[in-house]
Amino acid sequence: MQPATHRVIAPADIPALRRRAYRIRRHALLMGEVQGQGYVGQALGIADVLAVAYFRAMNLRADDPEWEERDRFLLSIGHYAIALYAALIEAGVISESEIENYGSDDSMLPMSGMAAYTPGMEITGGSLGHGLGIGVGMALGLKRKQSHSRIFNLLSDGELNEGSTWEAAASAVHWQLDNLVAIVDVNDQQADDKSSSVLGYEPIADKWRAFGWTALRVNGNDIAALVEAFDSALDSADGKPCVIICDTLMGRGVPLLEDRDKTHFIRVDEDEWRIALKQLDDTYAHSSDAAGSEHS
Amino acid sequence: MTTQPRLKTSAMIASLAAEGQPTTSAPFGHALIEAAAADERIVGMTADLGKYTDLHVFAQAYPERHYQMGMAEQLLMSAGAGMAREGFIPFVTTYGVFASRRAYDFICMAIAEEKLNVKIVCALPGLTTGYGPSHQATEDMAIFRGMPNLTIVDPCDAVDIEQATHAMAAHDGPVYLRLLRGKVPRVLDRFTDYRFEIGKARRLMDGEDALIISSGLMTMRAIEAADLLAERGMHVGVLHSPTIKPLDAQTILEEIRRHPQRPVYVAENHSVIGGLGESVAALLMNAGVHPEFHQIGLPDAFLDAGALPTLHDRYGISTQAMVKTLASRISLTHAS
Repeated sequence: MQPATHRVIAPADIPALRRRAYRIRRHALLMGEVQGQGYVGQALGIADVLAVAYFRAMNLRADDPEWEERDRFLLSIGHYAIALYAALIEAGVISESEIENYGSDDSMLPMSGMAAYTPGMEITGGSLGHGLGIGVGMALGLKRKQSHSRIFNLLSDGELNEGSTWEAAASAVHWQLDNLVAIVDVNDQQADDKSSSVLGYEPIADKWRAFGWTALRVNGNDIAALVEAFDSALDSADGKPCVIICDTLMGRGVPLLEDRDKTHFIRVDEDEWRIALKQLDDTYAHSSDAAGSEHS
Repeated sequence: MTTQPRLKTSAMIASLAAEGQPTTSAPFGHALIEAAAADERIVGMTADLGKYTDLHVFAQAYPERHYQMGMAEQLLMSAGAGMAREGFIPFVTTYGVFASRRAYDFICMAIAEEKLNVKIVCALPGLTTGYGPSHQATEDMAIFRGMPNLTIVDPCDAVDIEQATHAMAAHDGPVYLRLLRGKVPRVLDRFTDYRFEIGKARRLMDGEDALIISSGLMTMRAIEAADLLAERGMHVGVLHSPTIKPLDAQTILEEIRRHPQRPVYVAENHSVIGGLGESVAALLMNAGVHPEFHQIGLPDAFLDAGALPTLHDRYGISTQAMVKTLASRISLTHAS
């Protein structure tokens, strides 16, 4: 991995990003509590990645989600909507008051992410294997417009089962789409079983590299490592698309859920939501103390 | 006893033109060049079938606006959606079988669900190749009719294709067009006030003995059949309905009500399941209009390989087969 050359990380950035990730997790847990269920395990796992994407890597305007010069974040895994809503709330694109409407009738925050419902939701996900192909088209379109905006596409390890993902992977290299960044969440869990049992995915990085991508693999729950990876991805203008493969832990930050038997759709009992929130607060306080930063 | 020479399958896309019939070469490609000159948002994209969808002439005229996406139809549709999201008007081309059978989910969720401005132009509709079921899109309209937001166009000839290309470019939203390519016959020139318009059916010929409602190349056949029947004193009306969805319910009902005693024949280059015929049938049932009703179309079957003239006769969609079908019915009326 090349060290970042143009972006200098101020030391204070890491605690600030850690706090963003904590708040993203908190928004997600509160939404989960509204429904009594949801893909909170994935949301807790991906929160650090979203914090770095939204508060370090991407260029956007909270009050103008369709700003032409924004970077575009494509969520092909529609069921991660709860996580992206949490990030969009934290970014100020969506009002925090929407949390109580999550997954309710006529809400702007449906269970699965759809472009027509939610500001900042660029595409309709849910049918897996669509995001990267749409990303290729948007990246081509941006190059046609001579735009400097970038496309970020968050996909899952399960989505690597889909042949369409690899059609898009080949195309991105053919068209030299260095304005396209793929992010693969490797939490080793898909609908039926562990992803590695459903359809073995390793060696992930080698596969992407064989297609011609620059592939970085990081601990997706390590903010500093993520910052380095995203900076590196954005600094390269070598004509190659870049994939950041993020190994994450479902339920991260809430020991109760980290330790639970992992399933695609984690069950949380009614009395556990408050415990989960308390554990999240404790985990964050502990990590902040350990990092020696201020915590309010 | 003489045996007829056996015809050969010939090329992938045999010309539909009769000998001496006026034709236009690559009407879609040339019309797209004109449309692109007027609208810089237009781009062309194909999945390794540019030459076979007449997009190659556009690619020669505008190489920097042409995107060869490889033999990857799912990507073609997704990337078309992405292009449209960035404000362009992509005309994406492949064969009808691949768009409808392979890329359905990508057209449905990436394009139609969000009403994106992608124009899907597909060759080999119905029985326009003798190559066999892998390339014969005999059920594409049935597949696509259930998709919300998608406009479906089945043009008759080069005139229709040229005008439909401009109409699609001006239309805001996704459109599926069943393309005739190569040397495409021109037959609608003779109807001087004809104009293609999305969502509109047009009466081309009038006659009190029967009414043919048709789309696509079956409108060519209907016109030829009506001419031949007229020589025998049988007068057949032809209503051309090139937009399959949304169907022009008003014009179709008005035309049927003008002469309610006429037997109605709906003719399409498509399976009798799920295309124009069943669209019209549902329209009539819903409207409480009950004329004598017949379908002329392809059977619910995987069709044979072979030479197109042989197959069109075999499946009842040749001009002569139509003449025979209609003449035997009309002669009953005339006899009574």
